[in-house]
Amino acid sequence: MLYDVIIIGAGVSGSAIARELSRYEANVCVLEKCEDVCEGTSKANSAIVHAGFDAAAGSLMAKLNVRGNEMMDDLCRDLDIPFKRNGSMVVCIHKEALDGLKDLYDRGVTNGVKGLKILTREEALEMEPNLSDNVEGALYAPTGGIICPFKLCIAMAENANVNGVDFRFNTQVENITSDENGLWHIRTNNGEYVSRYVVNAAGVHSGEIHNMVSKADDKIEIIPRRGDYCLLDKEVGNHVSHTIFPQPTNLGKGVLVSPTVHGNLIVGPTAIDIENKEGTNTTAEGINDLIAKANDHVKNLPMRKVITSFAGLRAHEARHEFIIGEVDGAPHFIDCAAIESPGLTSSPAIGEMVGNMLKDMMGLSAKANWISTRKDVMNPENLTIEERNELIKKNPAYGNIICRCESISEGEILDAIHRPLGARSLDGVKRRTRAGMGRCQAGFCSPKTMEILHRELGLPYEEITKSGGRSNIVLERTKNQKGGNQ
Amino acid sequence: MEKRELTCIGCPMGCQITVELENGEVISVSGNTCGIGDKYARNEVTHPERTVTSTAIILGGDKPRVSVKTASNIPKDKISDVMKEIDAAVMKAPIHIGDVVVKDVCGTGVDVVATRNVEAI
Amino acid sequence: MTNYDIVIVGGGPAGLAAAVSARKAGVDKILILERDKELGGILNQCIHNGFGLHTFKEELTGPEYAYRFMEQVFDMKIEYKLNTMVMDISEDRVVTAMSREDGMYQIKAGAVILAMGCRERPRGALNIPGYRPAGIFSAGTAQRLVNIEGYMPGREVVILGSGDIGLIMARRMTLEGAKVKVVAELMPYSGGLKRNIVQCLDDFGIPLKLSHTVVDIEGKEHLTAVTIAAVDNKGKPIPGTEERYTCDTLLLSCGLIPENELSRNAGVEMSPITSGPIVNESLETNIPGVFACGNVLHVHDLVDYVSEEASRAGENAAKFINGQLSESKGDEIEIIATDGARYTVPSTIDVGRMDDKLTVRFRVGAVYKDSYVSVYFDDERVMHNKKRIMAPGEMEQVILLKDKLAEKPGLKKITVKIEAE
Repeated sequence: MLYDVIIIGAGVSGSAIARELSRYEANVCVLEKCEDVCEGTSKANSAIVHAGFDAAAGSLMAKLNVRGNEMMDDLCRDLDIPFKRNGSMVVCIHKEALDGLKDLYDRGVTNGVKGLKILTREEALEMEPNLSDNVEGALYAPTGGIICPFKLCIAMAENANVNGVDFRFNTQVENITSDENGLWHIRTNNGEYVSRYVVNAAGVHSGEIHNMVSKADDKIEIIPRRGDYCLLDKEVGNHVSHTIFPQPTNLGKGVLVSPTVHGNLIVGPTAIDIENKEGTNTTAEGINDLIAKANDHVKNLPMRKVITSFAGLRAHEARHEFIIGEVDGAPHFIDCAAIESPGLTSSPAIGEMVGNMLKDMMGLSAKANWISTRKDVMNPENLTIEERNELIKKNPAYGNIICRCESISEGEILDAIHRPLGARSLDGVKRRTRAGMGRCQAGFCSPKTMEILHRELGLPYEEITKSGGRSNIVLERTKNQKGGNQ
Repeated sequence: MEKRELTCIGCPMGCQITVELENGEVISVSGNTCGIGDKYARNEVTHPERTVTSTAIILGGDKPRVSVKTASNIPKDKISDVMKEIDAAVMKAPIHIGDVVVKDVCGTGVDVVATRNVEAI
Repeated sequence: MTNYDIVIVGGGPAGLAAAVSARKAGVDKILILERDKELGGILNQCIHNGFGLHTFKEELTGPEYAYRFMEQVFDMKIEYKLNTMVMDISEDRVVTAMSREDGMYQIKAGAVILAMGCRERPRGALNIPGYRPAGIFSAGTAQRLVNIEGYMPGREVVILGSGDIGLIMARRMTLEGAKVKVVAELMPYSGGLKRNIVQCLDDFGIPLKLSHTVVDIEGKEHLTAVTIAAVDNKGKPIPGTEERYTCDTLLLSCGLIPENELSRNAGVEMSPITSGPIVNESLETNIPGVFACGNVLHVHDLVDYVSEEASRAGENAAKFINGQLSESKGDEIEIIATDGARYTVPSTIDVGRMDDKLTVRFRVGAVYKDSYVSVYFDDERVMHNKKRIMAPGEMEQVILLKDKLAEKPGLKKITVKIEAE
């Protein structure tokens, strides 16, 4: 099949672009090397909607950050996902650095960030009593927010899929060539795909994809910049109520401390440039560094309450700027490369920008029956006992709790499996429902979730994975040699 | 004279026992708190024994495996042979606690028995 | 809303024993709420032997031990509900529960017995660096997969932590044909029972490396190797001591945490040491009529002690609903654990309410050889028992007699401590 557009990468950028393109009459396909959407940078980041004061004035990054932030309320309402403008604070702990806050304030105003305010030490402490005793002042940005990055990415992809966009998982791009008709031939481990237009939204791999088609003097080198994080128990999720940043440095926005939209506390990231584009391993140095830095700005951090640590890779490029546009000498090949922080915040705006760009280039017309909204997996926690009983009467699976830490029922897991682009792995279920994301970290629920995946998808136990590929949970039956599989 | 230090496995107290041997004969046992320790120590230095617990395949039940044990101790050096016979057993549900899964396992005179009930479905 | 005299949250060994003793004490309407599909709790997957020597004077496996209590529950026609999750317990003892069959419903309980057990400390809480691939399990999760579901997680195994479940799983995986390469323990002593080191590790030639920890985990999708290293006396890895083990399975047996979400939400006061409720001599929490027993109260090594403790909780709950548990007059004696003793259960005693004999259980914070367990009534030493060895992995106890306490009117505090001489 000849596609009008192929998008490489089902992270938050690719998914946002897919959703925007699904508004139009076009055959669109997303190629993703992993088994699910949201498997790379999009799944391991600060889960923050940045206000937009940090990016350089006049940059594309600044423009898309502020625009993405503005779009977030409507988008999250349409896609039925949690988003909270908890406000962010950049905390200054050295008197001599107070000027830096003013610079940041000025830059934010230039970038179009609304509501910025410089706080005195007293004002800052009143808003956030657990700030370091050394606080000298802070920049307050009421438009800063917190979001679930999984849900944002999954919701956009799902909505695109409902509107006709194909998704091909476990499909890794190996080579890209163009023919005499100007069509792009994308060779993958799963056969060849042909399209008129290509969008490169391959995250940390966007440089390699770009370099497959670009001129010799136009190469992009993406440097994976690793960030280690710690996630803390919900018990201490209110240690701070705003997102607390240190003052930024040339390595980024620094180690933040923030509540998450689900009520945990997140601390991170570090910033370590590495070579391995799949190098999402945490290190002892990284975690120790993280804890030391976080304590500079927030006091009494309850690090004993860590429930998990993880690392994500930012797709950093030397110019520290989003690279979005048609590749020179490669007509109809659109880069969406070097999307590092604030990529999550910017994603709706990136989708809008690339969508509009392609609409104009391709002369696309709007679909008459585009569906703009979707419903998330239901969260019965907000129901009254009567409503919940009504629900269980209709579907008894909602009465069967599978994940006790996060109180997730079988009904929610079934929904996650059977909805468009549904979950096929433990992590897939986890990101759609939070089952396994609590304090026991799936110790109790993983055997039960496996049983449900086995039953619903007809997957043998041995083929059930943590997150696709070779991430099988169990190897074989006990006593395998003796017909134990019966 | 030979002296051997043992940790009793007779119960969770885990007494440290000293056994004195002369030409393979036990001369004295000390450090134990009770008779179980004395017996354990004498056996352990002459013919060590263990209880083996595992699971066996069960068909037609509400569970794929039934837990089993040797009804009493078997020689320690037979553990792996006993496991082979347990692994080869295929039971049919229903099964009840105490039902024999392997009769006279490995010629030890000891039966392997079920340690839980599995209902038929 | 339905009414029950006693609602027991959890149908494992603690819940079952509490129910049986409450019924024996004459309580009519008892309800056990169990989240799993069968009674017996974690004992169902503990298929090894070693249970019951104290309670039944014979050595049983976990499922057999559980069944002894289940039979009593059946015979006494004690009500229980399976596949039922308790969602909330309120301060006035309204229990909100949910299941497929019954939906969400509320029960007004005369007394509540907390018997929810504990959970394992997950990898995340240990801050082990490295990748996060498949193939890493808490030992109990692997135990369930192997023993109940009948699946092998892998064939080459490294175990971090020498808690009892880890030791038991070392033997279990070996018997099922896996190669257990090493057990690494961060502390200079094992967290498990000595007998398990002998019969689960020594019997199979599995090395136990004390003062070692995992410093790296390899494998992007599935575990391929771990690196362990020796640690100094502060628990920090010592550079140059790293050893790499290829493996497809890493089991973690690094401690158990009482599961007290429900208790906390109900307003039960918690001990930061045990992570369990603070209880008095009647095993009653700060909320009158709410009792706690078993691993939700403090983590036990022996199920026999769980049963014994839970029986007392059941008896006391029975007394409570019958109005026989006299109100505390506020002259409670505080029990203080110090100098090596980390905590005690209970932590207060009301002499007027105590039985003739009261077992006070505690754990020590380090290994002590040829030391004394001492008990002081205020400043007077009244007990001085020599122990050849005490270790954090093995629970200790002292027994207090009501007669002795009654001889000391005005006694304010009892101190339990470890003394060298």
